[in-house]
Amino acid sequence: MDQLNNYLFISAALFSIGLFGVMTRRNGIAVLMGVELILNAANINFVAFSRFGGMNLDGHIFSLIVIVLAAAEAAVALAIVINIYNNLNTINVDEASAMRE
Amino acid sequence: MENMFIKYSFFILFLPLFAFIVQIFFGKRLPRQGDWVSISAILVTLLLSIIMFSSMILDYDKNLYHEASFTWLDMGEFKIKLGFLVDNITIIMLLVVALVSTCTHIFSTQYLKGDIRYSRYFAYLGLFTFSMNGIVLANNLMSMYMFWELVGVSSYLLIGHWFEKDSAANASKKAFLTNRVGDIGFFIGIMLLFNAIGSFAFSDIFEGVATGLIGGGTLTLAGVGLFMGAMGKSSQFPLHIWLPDAMEGPTPVSALMHAATMVAAGVYLAVRIFPILTPDALLVVAYVGGFTAFFAASIAITQSDIKKVLAYSTVSQLGYMILAVGTGVYTAAFFHLLTHAMFKANLFYGSGSVIHAMHHALHEKHDHETDPQDMHNMGGFKNKMPITYWSMLLSTMAIAGVPFFSGFLSKDAVLAGTLSFAQHNPAHFLLPIFGFGAAAITAFYMFRMMFLTFHGKPKMPDIIEDIHESPKEMTGPLVLLGSLSLFIWYTLPYYNPLSTHGWFTDLVVPRDAVVPGNLTAQEIEDGAHHAHYLAMYISIAVAAIGIFLSWFTYIKKGLSVDNWAKRAGFLYDWSLNKYYFDENYDKYIYQPSLRLADKIAWIDWEVYDKYFINGFGKVTHWASKVSGKFDFDIIDQLIVDGTGRITALLGRGFKNIQTGKIQNYVLYVTAGIIILMIIQSF
Repeated sequence: MDQLNNYLFISAALFSIGLFGVMTRRNGIAVLMGVELILNAANINFVAFSRFGGMNLDGHIFSLIVIVLAAAEAAVALAIVINIYNNLNTINVDEASAMRE
Repeated sequence: MENMFIKYSFFILFLPLFAFIVQIFFGKRLPRQGDWVSISAILVTLLLSIIMFSSMILDYDKNLYHEASFTWLDMGEFKIKLGFLVDNITIIMLLVVALVSTCTHIFSTQYLKGDIRYSRYFAYLGLFTFSMNGIVLANNLMSMYMFWELVGVSSYLLIGHWFEKDSAANASKKAFLTNRVGDIGFFIGIMLLFNAIGSFAFSDIFEGVATGLIGGGTLTLAGVGLFMGAMGKSSQFPLHIWLPDAMEGPTPVSALMHAATMVAAGVYLAVRIFPILTPDALLVVAYVGGFTAFFAASIAITQSDIKKVLAYSTVSQLGYMILAVGTGVYTAAFFHLLTHAMFKANLFYGSGSVIHAMHHALHEKHDHETDPQDMHNMGGFKNKMPITYWSMLLSTMAIAGVPFFSGFLSKDAVLAGTLSFAQHNPAHFLLPIFGFGAAAITAFYMFRMMFLTFHGKPKMPDIIEDIHESPKEMTGPLVLLGSLSLFIWYTLPYYNPLSTHGWFTDLVVPRDAVVPGNLTAQEIEDGAHHAHYLAMYISIAVAAIGIFLSWFTYIKKGLSVDNWAKRAGFLYDWSLNKYYFDENYDKYIYQPSLRLADKIAWIDWEVYDKYFINGFGKVTHWASKVSGKFDFDIIDQLIVDGTGRITALLGRGFKNIQTGKIQNYVLYVTAGIIILMIIQSF
């Protein structure tokens, strides 16, 4: 149970699920959730490599920074989603295509 | 700027230039058209000159010598230095220029009253004064040459002041071009010296000649070359033709430039370079000067235009100075320059005053046909214009060589030198004959001019009532310069009217020639001293004969002018027509060169233009057509437009993948990364 590969499998699965969410969901909030999953997959990788690579707490600190960053990113992204909703009355990202040709 | 003389010279040089700049740009907008700017500048210049002159007199040092120079051009080993040289000759000359220039400025305020280019006239006077002072102050041939040309330009501009008149426009061109002939020689002379010695400065050149860096034929050639410049500027035979025509300029200009200062620049140059003239070069100088003196005097006899008489008399007197340089008594030449500047400027102011009066009188009668300068229309002005008459009479006495007047002293010194030269070299007996002959003729024609203008019955009785004395601005300079024709100003602190001994001879002492083998200054002076009394007696005698003949002919009517003119035959005709110089120059120089120019123009047009220029044009036209086709078909159509078309095609293709859907983009990115990873793993 205590092996690097296990963590990497979980991380890869998490990443794939996140990517799938980002690529397939039309709902803006769901896309954001996918992004959060991708970021957390990266976090797991950081911590796992830190733990098994013998690098003290470097990875942990990195993942903490990523968490903070994710929070900030979520705040901004949600603000954008709210604005899209205000303007278009929907949060379907396909509809936000005013800049298209 | 280490001492007062150099510092003052600096201001003397640049104040008139300042006046010129102000006048040329702002003159028209200033009150009184800005003549006060020029006049105050020249008055300060005069004041500084007087201060320099007084301190020279107070020092009484014949070896006064100050020099300051700066590097003008610096190219490694090759350096050209320009600078100031102040010695007694410079200071005297500066005073002459400033004095006559001041008088001219003041005189002109009346003479050119209401002229359409009044401010420009004063601007040019400033430019002239600047350039003349530049010549006087130069310590080297290079800057002298530059100012020399500047003086030529200002002369050109001022002779052509009334350029609406064809004669004035032509006269200015003639003056400029004739001077150019002399200046070519001047330049060759400078370059010969520079080539041998490597410096333009007088001191270096004297040293170089003394140490034998240049000598023999080359030095003679260089000397004659430099003298050619003097010949042009001082209007010596055969380049004398421009000066009489230059009388087309305003009369005050004639007084300033074509009598007192500018034409004296040639003599000044000859005086400066005297030490390097070889005996052969000196002979050339002496003969040119002597012949000019005699020849110009013989023309002046028959002229009826009052200014033409004075012009030829100027040429003749300049010939005297050149003759003096040639015979070795170059300080006498400078002395004659000084006295001549005063009395000849005054004679020109006098003639200006007469012409001014005539002009007004004719204007009253609405007569615009009669020539106001023709002496045959004058006569009997003596009581109408007393100040003009008396001051002109003083100057006439001076130029005729009457004792107690300045001209006697200087002419005597020149003639003594000439006589002594002929005594030592009997082969050159012609020189004193020219000299004394010219003196007699000068006395004759100058009094002829006075008698015709001021004495006798008025030849146009209907205008005599309207002849009035000129205003104070014009009579002032007349009185001042007229009184300067007296001997006393030149002999102080001594009072002997028959001897040149005075402050001038004490302060301006001749220096030895640096050419090995030339006579020393002491030998020349001893000779001249020896010949002094004989020269004096002869010159008094010839002056008396000239004046008597003139009186006998024109006052007493003892000789009939017409009869004598007939009896003289072709001589009279030649003199009246100035020996047909203009006509012969026209026939043998101008016309052939015009024809040559025509031929060259024909070649230029028929051969060069037709085959080379037009042919080249055709080839270019054809080549440009080909090149145009290439440009259009290959460059434009294929490369430029082709690039555009390809880009447009690609753009249309790629447009399809720009769906605007974020998920699609993410898919592409992911697919791209996966492809990269697959490639990486092989």
